[in-house]
Amino acid sequence: MAKITLSKLRHSYIPNPTSPDDYALKEIDLDWSDGGAYALLGPSGCGKSTLLNIISGLLVPSEGQVLFDDKDVTALPPDKRNIAQVFQFPVIYDTMTVFDNLAFPLRNRGVDEAQVAARVTEIATMLEVTDLLGAKAAGLSPDNKQKISMGRGLVRDDVNVVMFDEPLTVIDPHLKWKLRSKLKELHQKVRATMIYVTHDQTEALTFADQVVVMQDGEVVQIGTPVELFERPAHTFVGHFIGSPGMNVLDADIRDGGAFLGGHHVALEGAITAQDGTPQIGIRPEFVRISDAGLPATVRKVSDIGRHSVVEAMVGDTAVKAITDGVVPEQGAAVHLQFQQNQTRLYCGGWLATTGAAS
Amino acid sequence: MKTQYQKAWFFVLPVLLLVAFNALIPMMTVVNYSVQETFGNNVFFWEGLRWFEELLNSDRFHAALGRQFLFTGLILLIEVPLGIIIALSMPRKGPWVPVCLVLMALPMLIPWNVVGAMWNIFTLPDIGLLGYLMNTTLGIDYDMTQSPFAAWATIITMDVWHWTSLVVLLSYAGLVSIPDAYYQAAKIDGASPFKVFRYIQLPKMKQVLTIAILLRFMDSFNIYTEVFVLTGGGPGNSTTLLSIDLVKIALGQFDLGPAAAMSLIYFAITLLVSWLFYTLMTKDDAK
Repeated sequence: MAKITLSKLRHSYIPNPTSPDDYALKEIDLDWSDGGAYALLGPSGCGKSTLLNIISGLLVPSEGQVLFDDKDVTALPPDKRNIAQVFQFPVIYDTMTVFDNLAFPLRNRGVDEAQVAARVTEIATMLEVTDLLGAKAAGLSPDNKQKISMGRGLVRDDVNVVMFDEPLTVIDPHLKWKLRSKLKELHQKVRATMIYVTHDQTEALTFADQVVVMQDGEVVQIGTPVELFERPAHTFVGHFIGSPGMNVLDADIRDGGAFLGGHHVALEGAITAQDGTPQIGIRPEFVRISDAGLPATVRKVSDIGRHSVVEAMVGDTAVKAITDGVVPEQGAAVHLQFQQNQTRLYCGGWLATTGAAS
Repeated sequence: MKTQYQKAWFFVLPVLLLVAFNALIPMMTVVNYSVQETFGNNVFFWEGLRWFEELLNSDRFHAALGRQFLFTGLILLIEVPLGIIIALSMPRKGPWVPVCLVLMALPMLIPWNVVGAMWNIFTLPDIGLLGYLMNTTLGIDYDMTQSPFAAWATIITMDVWHWTSLVVLLSYAGLVSIPDAYYQAAKIDGASPFKVFRYIQLPKMKQVLTIAILLRFMDSFNIYTEVFVLTGGGPGNSTTLLSIDLVKIALGQFDLGPAAAMSLIYFAITLLVSWLFYTLMTKDDAK
């Protein structure tokens, strides 16, 4: 188990990168403490798998260093780094039994049989696959195969970090939920540093203590799930996390205040920057339909189960609101109220207001 | 099980007719010959199982069958491991892939009698490149028209040259279907190259290898053209394989009855061994 430091990491798949666009990863500095549960969240192609492969040693970065407990491991191959990785599609040694699969990483390292048996039994109990130990791995269901892949990562007690590369992609939805909570439980038991790569916000938010949101090869924000939800540092995070995502509304700044379609909107705090396009960001959860406030026309109402999402037009701008109560009719004239301490200003995509003094 | 839709039988009919005309009916004429004696003019005499009994007790048949099994055994022992080794050392990505594939496919594109003729000329001691090189330059006595050992070495080498590619291409197809994640996981699990082969590559190649071994068995067991053109079964009878002996009996001696009986036994052995191979190699999958 180890602390992981990424220092000035850059990577390009092109031999001689010139512009920043040639880099799949642009300058990453990160510190991950020992025993933490981290998630790398971002859309497909944002560089999260590249970053993961650099940490595991399958890829050598173009620039920068990877440190495990302040020891430089940038040039070390995967088997010298003491890491474990679980892949998108379960990797199983088909001809072996489940027991032999789990024992494989230990036996390759010359661990004696008694200890192998003890360790495998322990992990199998944790994963609840004890009754499958004697079965041929080839015949297992996808979720059990993925459990075995995870087990092979967890079976070594000297791993520095266990990495998960979208491990639930091929799992049925109802089992996804089970495996996800299983993972969380495992992390609490083994206390190994774990990094979980996904483009699914639910997976990231339920698994991790700290989520790293990436976009176009850059880290956009690092924070706890609550921080990411409540105070996105970038409109991308606001969009990407939440369902539906944050309302990002083009605004004007006049006399130190923000205006939406000519109406003044009260912000959470003082404006700190003004370069780039100003936009107001507010989550649909904090938009209320009421008698006073911004005048709007309801364009669409969608029922998403416990709540309804109301899409209303303020001038030319669509604003989404989540409501529980009585839902207005399509075409109805309503008024929207933004909860002030949740209303933020973004300039050029980045957060540009100070937090509400609370 | 109750069949609901009896009309389905009509869809099988074309295939049934096709098989009947290209396999069953010709085969039945052979069966017809195998139990009779003929001296031409469409005059037949009933002989029952006499040809079968004579053949199964004949030393000549035993010798040819022995040579046939030796040939096929050697072919499989050399071509399968060699094919796997070549497939493993071929690049899996990049510009050299098509080059390798075309190079591998080339020998298989050459007509069989041309292969025989090529190797015949190639190995002649006086004018052949290989024959001249061996005898004159290296001073090794090598003449496949005189020495049975040289003749055997030549037919084996020829077949390896001609057909190893089949094993290579099939194994290669199995290898490229393995996702990168398997190799990455094996690296992380600390598996040695041998273990990667044993637990990842070999299992993934198993199905195509089954096909490769079956095809190589059947083709080499039924080989005729190349060996006939190269050695004609000689020197002496040393390379008279089953098929060559069969043609000698049928067309050389015009003993149609015994030849027909031999064909049937030949066919039965091919079928039986193929079935054995297949059953043995797929018995794990059934579980």
